[in-house]
Amino acid sequence: MKPFEYVRVKDARQAAQALGTERDQAKILAGGTDLLGEMKDYLVTPARLVNIKTIPNLDKIEHDDKKGLKLGALVTLSRLAEDKNVRERYTALAQAIDLSAMPQIRNAATIGGNLCQRPRCWYYRDEHTICLKKGGSKCYAVEGENQYHAILGGGPCYIVHPSDPAPALVALGARVVITDGTKTREVPLEQFFILPAQNVRRENILAQNEIITHVLVPAPAPGTRSVYLKEREKDSYDWALASAAVVVTPNAGSVGAARVVLGGVAPVPWRVAEAEKALVGQPLNPATLARAAEAALAGATPLEKNGYKVPLAQAVVRRALSLTMA
Amino acid sequence: MARITELDVNGSREKIDVDAERTLLSVLRDDLDLTGAKYGCGEARCGACVVLMDGRPVPACVTSAGSAAGAKITTVEGLEQDGQLHPLQEAFLEVGAMQCGYCTPGMIMAGVALLRDNPDPDEAEIVRTLEGNLCRCGAYPRIVAAVRRAAGMLRGGGAA
Ligand SMILES: Cc1cc2nc3c(=O)[nH]c(=O)nc-3n(C[C@H](O)[C@H](O)[C@H](O)COP(=O)(O)OP(=O)(O)OC[C@H]3O[C@@H](n4cnc5c(N)ncnc54)[C@H](O)[C@@H]3O)c2cc1C
Ligand code: FES
Ligand code: FES
Repeated sequence: MKPFEYVRVKDARQAAQALGTERDQAKILAGGTDLLGEMKDYLVTPARLVNIKTIPNLDKIEHDDKKGLKLGALVTLSRLAEDKNVRERYTALAQAIDLSAMPQIRNAATIGGNLCQRPRCWYYRDEHTICLKKGGSKCYAVEGENQYHAILGGGPCYIVHPSDPAPALVALGARVVITDGTKTREVPLEQFFILPAQNVRRENILAQNEIITHVLVPAPAPGTRSVYLKEREKDSYDWALASAAVVVTPNAGSVGAARVVLGGVAPVPWRVAEAEKALVGQPLNPATLARAAEAALAGATPLEKNGYKVPLAQAVVRRALSLTMA
Repeated sequence: MARITELDVNGSREKIDVDAERTLLSVLRDDLDLTGAKYGCGEARCGACVVLMDGRPVPACVTSAGSAAGAKITTVEGLEQDGQLHPLQEAFLEVGAMQCGYCTPGMIMAGVALLRDNPDPDEAEIVRTLEGNLCRCGAYPRIVAAVRRAAGMLRGGGAA
């Protein structure tokens, strides 16, 4: 690992100052479960780490029956999943966390760090492969071993977004609060993530000197059920081959409102309006589930080795929707 | 460069003088001679380095000394009390829950935290809790048996 300077900051303004404006010369350190791994493999070589865990009050889970959840960016995944109110009312989020990594990582990992974790594409993670994402000229997945890559939203790079909480939070309508210590902005989480076509080097809109301070999740409408379901290659910890977060609000025997967001299949949490349209106004019967699942993957353009993800993701969507009725 | 001059390890305040950027694992092993926690993958994938930080199992290989400062750290060396091993350590010995033993300290730390929170975990819960702890010798069945046995000992019923 390249030696680096380590600073602790007390607020967002100090963080912004320490982060500076030169891309990746300084990096934010939270739980370190992703960043330290990246540094050990020389994927990033910052001259300075800015520990934000010393900023007070960013480790709180606040509930408000009307406004919903306010999560500090430093809340660990374990604490979030243990929270009774989160489990009961924001079920998909708790389920997504249960399926993320393993207990010891969840104890150290923060929700802010989870949303900003870097992709797991094996070309990107290989120290010696300089792919598009690392400033190279080529995405090696296009003609290479692409069984885990994107079937939606890909090009010119085909990573999939690795976070499980992210699709759940997008489905629940979450927003993120971002600040550089002077200017604060609140952005729908859905618009926080960007496609490789917009900027192949990044996965989100954060400027070099900005940090996420909070994640806001609106209170679900009465009767709303949410589910997160994930398929992985091995049954102990693994990233998603395909996953789905679904949020359904019933209305007089049929679907009043619905959100369908896919994970593990696209460079960002992939919300599918077509699938949501196929649900609204319909009773949740097998025919509706099938139509929604079909619509969810209608735009898929698999690479040579990941065609299996299409029926897999369809099945995940169908099953997740049927679990909202359980 | 920020320095860390004290760590709370196994109930005692250890004087050190290290760069805050160092990993907790390297400080424990190289500065404090606590070689129980092992270096496996170095990137939070194998569990060989697991120690307790304020009671929770975390991978010490990706935890910076700077973030460990101020927390209560417990390593496998700190489990023994007045010459008595922790019941889970006893159970590992009785069941023979290791071959090379490299994964053992991490397994035990994760297991100790589990038993503290749930004195009677079933097999499925043990497997779920220890899923981040890899054993390349494949001693898994005996490791699960040792956790079950320790649970019995802790409940005061002898072997489970
Ligand atoms: C073996 C393994 C298995 C895993 N499996 C899964 C899985 O199945 N599902 C899943 O979702 N995740 C998985 N992960 C990823 C894990 O969840 C993340 O590493 C973790 O959530 C990152 O949080 P952290 O606090 O440790 O972040 P750090 O490692 O400290 O930071 C991660 C990145 O986010 C930036 N950052 C951190 N906090 C902020 C902030 N507040 N504002 C702006 N930027 C910030 C950092 O600069 C860095 O680039 C796995 C990780 C490992 C090592
Ligand atoms: S050495 Fe820390 S998890 Fe493998
Ligand atoms: S006993 Fe050898 S790694 Fe587990």
